[in-house]
Amino acid sequence: MIKVRIPTPLRPLTRGQGEVEANGASVAEVIADLDSMHPGLKQRLYDERGELRRFVNIYVNEEDIRFLKGKETALKEGDEMSIVPAIAGGR
Amino acid sequence: MDFTDAQIQRYSRHIILPEVGGKGQQKLSRAKALIIGAGGLGSPAGLYLAAAGVGTLGLVDGDVVDLSNLQRQILHTTAAVGASKVESGRRMLAALNPEITVKTYQENIAADNILRFLAEYDIILDGSDNFSTRFLLNDACYFAKKTLISGSIFRFEGQLATIKAHEGYPCYRCLYPEPPPAGLVPNCQEAGVLGVLAGTIGVLQAAEAIKEILGIGETLADRLLIYDALEMKFRKVTRPKDPRCPLCGTNPTITNLSGDYTVSCAL
Repeated sequence: MIKVRIPTPLRPLTRGQGEVEANGASVAEVIADLDSMHPGLKQRLYDERGELRRFVNIYVNEEDIRFLKGKETALKEGDEMSIVPAIAGGR
Repeated sequence: MDFTDAQIQRYSRHIILPEVGGKGQQKLSRAKALIIGAGGLGSPAGLYLAAAGVGTLGLVDGDVVDLSNLQRQILHTTAAVGASKVESGRRMLAALNPEITVKTYQENIAADNILRFLAEYDIILDGSDNFSTRFLLNDACYFAKKTLISGSIFRFEGQLATIKAHEGYPCYRCLYPEPPPAGLVPNCQEAGVLGVLAGTIGVLQAAEAIKEILGIGETLADRLLIYDALEMKFRKVTRPKDPRCPLCGTNPTITNLSGDYTVSCAL
């Protein structure tokens, strides 16, 4: 089981939950599993070419997966995955 | 520069800190900080920088105070509704600390005026409310070699990072290569924001700015701080420098501010 932290903009898809659990040995597998439980999540994270959107970061524990192996980054039991979109509010 | 008795009294709780002392307080007095946006983040940041005795504060904002701002923009009072935000902010900061200079710019920053603003300041605080300003500020601060303290808020979440790309650290584009397309994220007005969240993140921006001025402590130059107010969780994640970054990478494609910064999204 991988713990996944969901940011507020995506919580409508997880019935308001800020933390959900999913299975998978890589980031891509976890996202696929998440999408089967919370349909629409994958579409919010991937662009039309199936690549991770450039204004959404995914961290495994404290590391940005763009600097690891992208969505093929391996996950092991106990890892925590966080989805962190860019936000711009300030006024 | 010698402090007056009143100044020594005003700043005594700083001066007795070994990490600040008289020397540190002088650094603060000589420092010039520019605050982009006299709103949710700029209000608490400005109040604490003024209280701390940062000698020159610049406020940039083209808007007037609206009743709906007062839930979080604590530089402004009910009586200031309809007045220019920078003027209302200047009055509040001057009342708090008449020892400092507050400069006001009632305009929105753009590619053709930003470098003129930056030239007069040592450190910049981003309290803007849109991606085009955030990307423009990132690029301009890199070219002008200025430290940028970036804070942003959305509903119950806040993010904070110190951008010092000119010193070899990652820039904002290393963190988020592109802004979201129009329509994918709503703006604050549509989405709502917990008022006090602006205070939390704005005050943290002030803390990081003061540490940068004093040269003390750990910085957020290679980390992103994420705050979730609902869960009462602070997390720090790594923020590596991207060698492919179009601004500060090994083969930059952005070499001036002539690019298109218009993002038709309001957040």
